[in-house]
Amino acid sequence: MATFRFREPSIIPGFRLTFGFTIFYLMVIVIIPIAGLFLKTFELDWQAFYPIISGPRFLAALKLSFGASLLAAMFNAVIGVLVAWVLVRYEFPGRRALDAMVDLPFALPTAVAGISLASIYSPNGWIGSLFAPFGIKIAYTPLGIWIALVFIGLPFVVRSVQPVLQDFSKEIEEASATLGASRPQTISRVMLPALLPAILTGFSLAFARAVGEYGSVIFIAGNLPRQTEILPLLIVFRLEEFNYAAAAAIAAVMLVASFIILLAINLIQVWSQRRFGNG
Amino acid sequence: MADAALHPARPEAASAFRSPVTEPLGFRVFAIGVTVLLMALFLLLPLAAVFVEAFRFGLDKYLEVFKNPDAIGAIKLTLLVAAIAVPCNLIFGIAAAWSIAKYRFPGRAFLISLIDLPFSVSPVVAGLVYILLLGSNSAIGSWLLQDFGIRVIFAVPGVVLATIFVTFPFIARELIPLMEDQGNGDEEAAISLGASGWQAFWYVTLPNVKWALLYGVLLCNARAMGEFGAVAVLSGKLRGETVTMPLQVELFYNEYMTVAAFSLASVLAGLALVTLVVKSWLEWRYADQLATGARTH
Amino acid sequence: MELSIRNVQKEFGGFNALHEVSLDIRSGELIALLGPSGSGKTTLLRLIAGLDFPSSGQIFFGEEDASRKSVSERNVGFVFQHYALFRHMTVADNVAFGLKIRPAATRPTRAEIKRRALELLDLVQLSGLAHRYPSQLSGGQRQRVALARALAIEPRVLLLDEPFGALDAQVRRELRRWLREIHDATGHTTVFVTHDQEEALELADRVVVMSQGRIEQVGTADQVYDNPVSPFVYGFIGDSSTLPVRVEQGDVWFEDRSIGLRAPHVPDGEATLYFRPHDVELLDGCGGCIAGTAGVSRRVAGTKRVELAIGGAGHRVEIELPVDHPAATRSRIAFRPRRWKLFPARELAAAPATPLPEPVAA
Repeated sequence: MATFRFREPSIIPGFRLTFGFTIFYLMVIVIIPIAGLFLKTFELDWQAFYPIISGPRFLAALKLSFGASLLAAMFNAVIGVLVAWVLVRYEFPGRRALDAMVDLPFALPTAVAGISLASIYSPNGWIGSLFAPFGIKIAYTPLGIWIALVFIGLPFVVRSVQPVLQDFSKEIEEASATLGASRPQTISRVMLPALLPAILTGFSLAFARAVGEYGSVIFIAGNLPRQTEILPLLIVFRLEEFNYAAAAAIAAVMLVASFIILLAINLIQVWSQRRFGNG
Repeated sequence: MADAALHPARPEAASAFRSPVTEPLGFRVFAIGVTVLLMALFLLLPLAAVFVEAFRFGLDKYLEVFKNPDAIGAIKLTLLVAAIAVPCNLIFGIAAAWSIAKYRFPGRAFLISLIDLPFSVSPVVAGLVYILLLGSNSAIGSWLLQDFGIRVIFAVPGVVLATIFVTFPFIARELIPLMEDQGNGDEEAAISLGASGWQAFWYVTLPNVKWALLYGVLLCNARAMGEFGAVAVLSGKLRGETVTMPLQVELFYNEYMTVAAFSLASVLAGLALVTLVVKSWLEWRYADQLATGARTH
Repeated sequence: MELSIRNVQKEFGGFNALHEVSLDIRSGELIALLGPSGSGKTTLLRLIAGLDFPSSGQIFFGEEDASRKSVSERNVGFVFQHYALFRHMTVADNVAFGLKIRPAATRPTRAEIKRRALELLDLVQLSGLAHRYPSQLSGGQRQRVALARALAIEPRVLLLDEPFGALDAQVRRELRRWLREIHDATGHTTVFVTHDQEEALELADRVVVMSQGRIEQVGTADQVYDNPVSPFVYGFIGDSSTLPVRVEQGDVWFEDRSIGLRAPHVPDGEATLYFRPHDVELLDGCGGCIAGTAGVSRRVAGTKRVELAIGGAGHRVEIELPVDHPAATRSRIAFRPRRWKLFPARELAAAPATPLPEPVAA
């Protein structure tokens, strides 16, 4: 028999045990449940599936979820780069505290963020009351959803860009300057292109998170069908109606979107690795 | 805060010289100002609002919530869920990191992506998949219920399961890159000196990764106690039975018991602050013993 | 372009990296700044480029005071030790960068930029690699791209910071010769920093030896090697042996005997004798010579190095012998340096940190 080895040989013991447990755990927690979701979706034939994904309520929620997420992720990409730049490049009192603060949206439970944002931006809240006299409503409108999505997505771009900027060789900037580039030229033509893979990765992560976000959005969203109803909330409504098939169909659409985003992130990394080399 | 933007420090900025690798002072001050403003507006304000709302009617009103039996039940359940989910994920994290970082095998990269999956799956979808799999009208669900009397969905096991799903990547993600960086040299040395695999793990690997492990547990715990979406779908919101703290916050809020909602929320916000402080301390003190590179959760 | 550095001083937070350095560089010259790490050579280069600013003093490009100009206005070509290529641009784009970013008024046409970039790649012998990315090149090739990129802006001076420092020995020697050829072909005033004396002596028209933030000596390879003006230069360039001696009325004494060297203009007192191990004559008898017991010997290329223990204190010096010399361990060997130099002893202890001692005798 040919000596086929699944893994490369190593003297370190424990592969069977740890690998076996890892696969078992992932099977039970992730793979089987997600496979079950797709099986459930396939129980629907096209006649049943199509109305679910073409109904006006679903389409409105789809547009809102992806649209608001895209806008929030784009905004996060811009300010994320700015925040990362300031945190890495400038020295000022309170920098460390600010740096720690960036992770707040990761640490703060989404429901807490949700009720807090809703109270700030409601017409009688701290910020909402500033805009209310001009007839501008923030909470319970798509604008409020956008704000919640900016909140939960802020750390992604910062944390993707920060390490790359930290390791960015000063010599590269100096080289650009000796070649006659002004500072804005150096930033726009030398540094930002080099940061682009990190920015795109952070953008994709923020976008993926925003599309699926539930807790911090539902309190500020208003949740009116076809106006301020996001996709995850639509799933919850379908579940409460015990319409599992419809919920599964919507979830399947969202999962496919997640997979595509994950794939995009991996492709960005492979592409930048190949082009720019490692390190 | 912003006025002190004097980086890099120059003993005498006498000449018109401008360092080619930084921006003019005016721009630096502006950028710092904008950053501080944005962070205050988007991050600090929501955090502050939690405490302001909680204490709006004084300390007595604030403390009232902790006498509410629903709130007490929610706190207990949250602690219970975390006490089950975190150790499970700890074991998984160590096993996954050991098998992925110490060996080379086909499909390794795929396994790493799979571990990252919960970060990009909506918590609502995560809850839904378990309902479909284990709900009373599914094959497994009805089998468990009728033959063993175990209810998973709309019961505590479902809440635990949902929490495990959303938090299992945290520890593994901290350990894998770190153990990869550290390589196999230490363990190989230990084994060549006659240590068993377990001994190598206890006396060599574990001390090398202990801070990263703590870091991962910290993040895992914070998320486990704060998870909302997935738990909301699976719990059925039976008061005093399947309601965790974040769910109880929602219930209070929707019943217009605003102070109670924010008081309970302030406990979670306090937990978040402690997490951030410990996390920053670990990053500052043990930066070299934590995984390097991008930290995106 | 002539360069003139006048009384330049550079302080980093209280530490003096350069003390009042002055240096004139002629147009078209190839100059090496040579010194150990921490000698201030890279600091000086960066001041010339405008990457750092001097605490005091001026730097002239021709007649023009460049001290107040920013690096992007100085028009210098700078080559970094670690190449500093732009990783997201192709080789051709890297080379063209300096031209592409010029304001529209002085920017050549697109076709002209492309032509120039290809021409320069031809000059550095990388014609076929225009569309590669830096990560796909070897270290030597990357450094050639970096040089082409620096040349593209038609710099007034070319500055290279340890340009071959990150390359292995073989590539290094090759690039060294090639840099000389490029320099001769283009005629740029060129300053390069190195800690490798072989590189400096072989390549440069003049070598500037630096130590502890000061210029120790400026001269051709022959001058700094054959006629070092300070103990530091003697010790740093080439091999040297030293012996503590005493001068009495023009005679050089080691312990209780005269060693047969005359130093008529040297004041009496303690001194240190410097000589090159290969520049000695072997003597048979010993009336006025240095004699010692042979210790360890080792083979160095075409000769044999022998360590001698000399005098009562067993002071150790190295000399070179022909390979076929019969000297064995413990045998007595007598010699006298052919070329040598005396530096007053007190200067030696403090030598690197104090101003240059006036060279004495030889």
